[in-house]
Amino acid sequence: MFAFLVRRLGQAVIVMLVISILSFSIQDELGDPLRELVGQSVSEAVRNELREEMGLNDPFLVQYWRFLRNAVQGDLGTSYFFKRPALEVIMDKLPATIDLVVAATFWILAFSIPVGVFAAIRPNHLFSKLAMGFSIVGISVPVFLTAIFLIYLFAVELGWLPSYGRGDTLIMFGDWETSLMTIDGLTHLLLPSISLASVILPLFVRIIRSEMMEVLESEYVKFAWAKGLKKRRIWMLHAFKNTLLPVITVGGVQLGIMVSYTILTETVFQWPGMGFMFLEAINRVDTPLIVAYLIVVGLIFVITNTVVDIIYGLVNPTVKLTGQQ
Amino acid sequence: MPLLSVNNLEVVFPLRTGLVTAIKDVSFDLEQGERIGIVGESGAGKSVSAFAILNLISKPGYLAAGSILFNGRDLASLGEEEMRQIRGNEISMIFQDPMMTLNPVLTIGTQMEETILAHKNMSRQEARKISVAKLKAVQIPSTETRLTQYPHELSGGMRQRVVIAIALLSDPAIIIADEPTTALDVTIQAEILELLLNLCNDFDVGLILITHDLGVVSEVTQRILVMYAGRIIEQGPTHQVIARPMHPYTQGLLGALPEKTRPGQRLNQIPGVMPTLQEIPAGCPFHNRCNQIQAVCKVDLPILGGTGSRAVACHFPLNR
Repeated sequence: MFAFLVRRLGQAVIVMLVISILSFSIQDELGDPLRELVGQSVSEAVRNELREEMGLNDPFLVQYWRFLRNAVQGDLGTSYFFKRPALEVIMDKLPATIDLVVAATFWILAFSIPVGVFAAIRPNHLFSKLAMGFSIVGISVPVFLTAIFLIYLFAVELGWLPSYGRGDTLIMFGDWETSLMTIDGLTHLLLPSISLASVILPLFVRIIRSEMMEVLESEYVKFAWAKGLKKRRIWMLHAFKNTLLPVITVGGVQLGIMVSYTILTETVFQWPGMGFMFLEAINRVDTPLIVAYLIVVGLIFVITNTVVDIIYGLVNPTVKLTGQQ
Repeated sequence: MPLLSVNNLEVVFPLRTGLVTAIKDVSFDLEQGERIGIVGESGAGKSVSAFAILNLISKPGYLAAGSILFNGRDLASLGEEEMRQIRGNEISMIFQDPMMTLNPVLTIGTQMEETILAHKNMSRQEARKISVAKLKAVQIPSTETRLTQYPHELSGGMRQRVVIAIALLSDPAIIIADEPTTALDVTIQAEILELLLNLCNDFDVGLILITHDLGVVSEVTQRILVMYAGRIIEQGPTHQVIARPMHPYTQGLLGALPEKTRPGQRLNQIPGVMPTLQEIPAGCPFHNRCNQIQAVCKVDLPILGGTGSRAVACHFPLNR
């Protein structure tokens, strides 16, 4: 396990390095940060002075090296707009996004497993066919469209649920702000989390169904029937545990991708998370914040994938996390 | 009364192109402790016949006709739960490829104990004890550690021994072995075969051995059924059928054995291929590959019949 983590850490460093180069190199293409910073009234001479002072005129490698040195010490630059360290700004927004992702993951796991398994066991049942039909619709409709539709139906027409914002939050573990612990927070979370889940949930249903159908045809499942096991055990243990392996591999990546979907969901619902923040940062040409966001998201990806690999190793006995035996 | 009496079994598969009959009029008996072999080419209906006994035909196939009398009960009319109690308990199976038969994510111990616990009301510890005893019976060394291992940690031969041990767990009356040695190395084939033979003798277990290997059948079984295109075309005591085959097909199969050919010579083969189930010709299904063909063979289906212990479905049987 330790060797695995060390190896994984090495890989993570390389991945993060590549991400940092990529995200840092786009900053020149985003427009002039000075225009947003100082406004119209400042003369060109003063602007140039400021540019020189901020190091914006230095060669790329010099700027990157400076950025990297600071980044290693946890300093991802200072947001032009907020005038605060970019990482601090992101950390303020992170809990809201985590709330959203956790809630969406809950929907995905709570519904995709029973529906997918049922559709695999009874492929000709009306419910299975309906589920498959709906899942195609769910995958095809973009997140923002689902979000707008949900707002129209439940907030505008029916007036049952709020259409924007986080609602009441609770501070936990010192300074972690969450909507998951208050009723008002949960009602605010409902529509955004359903929208976020709307693409990945049907995808999960389909993956689970097709993988499980394949497993049900396998020799070891036939042998399990021949052993006279009860069908519940055959489905839930023999077949499902084998279904999990590919689902974990594909699903883990999908949960990472969900973080990028939060940009759309948070924007539509005015959810004060880091996706919404990122879109605003782009509008303001807040380069340090943009770069910091990309790096944090990259880090989340790397961590999710590592966790997924560990879980995979726990489920699949042919994978030994400890390395060679 | 025989232990198992299969009568006029018929299995059909509803496909898009229509109903396809996989096996028809398959009848045979199995006495207590008797070992019979079902031989034939791929697609002859050997496996379907065997799976039909335990009502394990893969979908969408189903048993269209026939009865399967086992200990006086008709398995064809049993409900799902009653059938489950028979499977792996009174009649168990051994599959072809031991690499695929065991569940890769469960330990050997789990896969053995669950089989006992599915049928008998006992504790896990007791089930474990039985598992250890059966692993010893199939001559697996260091049984205790095997129970905690996963299938991928065992070789193919070892895994087939485990599968045989699983089949023996509940002291069944009959074991149905579907090509149990086909996927194994030749050297291990002989070992596994001998083991199976000895175990059947020791525990007085009846054996239905499905294979396309006449050599295997002659070593293990007392009686032989030859299947072709979903029907039994010849049956009789193994040594008699092999010494004096009555059906031209059986003779062709025996002639195709490599042992019959001198090194350097071309191997004998039966011309043509077995018809698929959709295009079985009228008359005798074997007529277009037969070297004894006469006009009647193209029109009339020969009925399985004969004298004493032997029977053949041919208008012009050999070696009468």
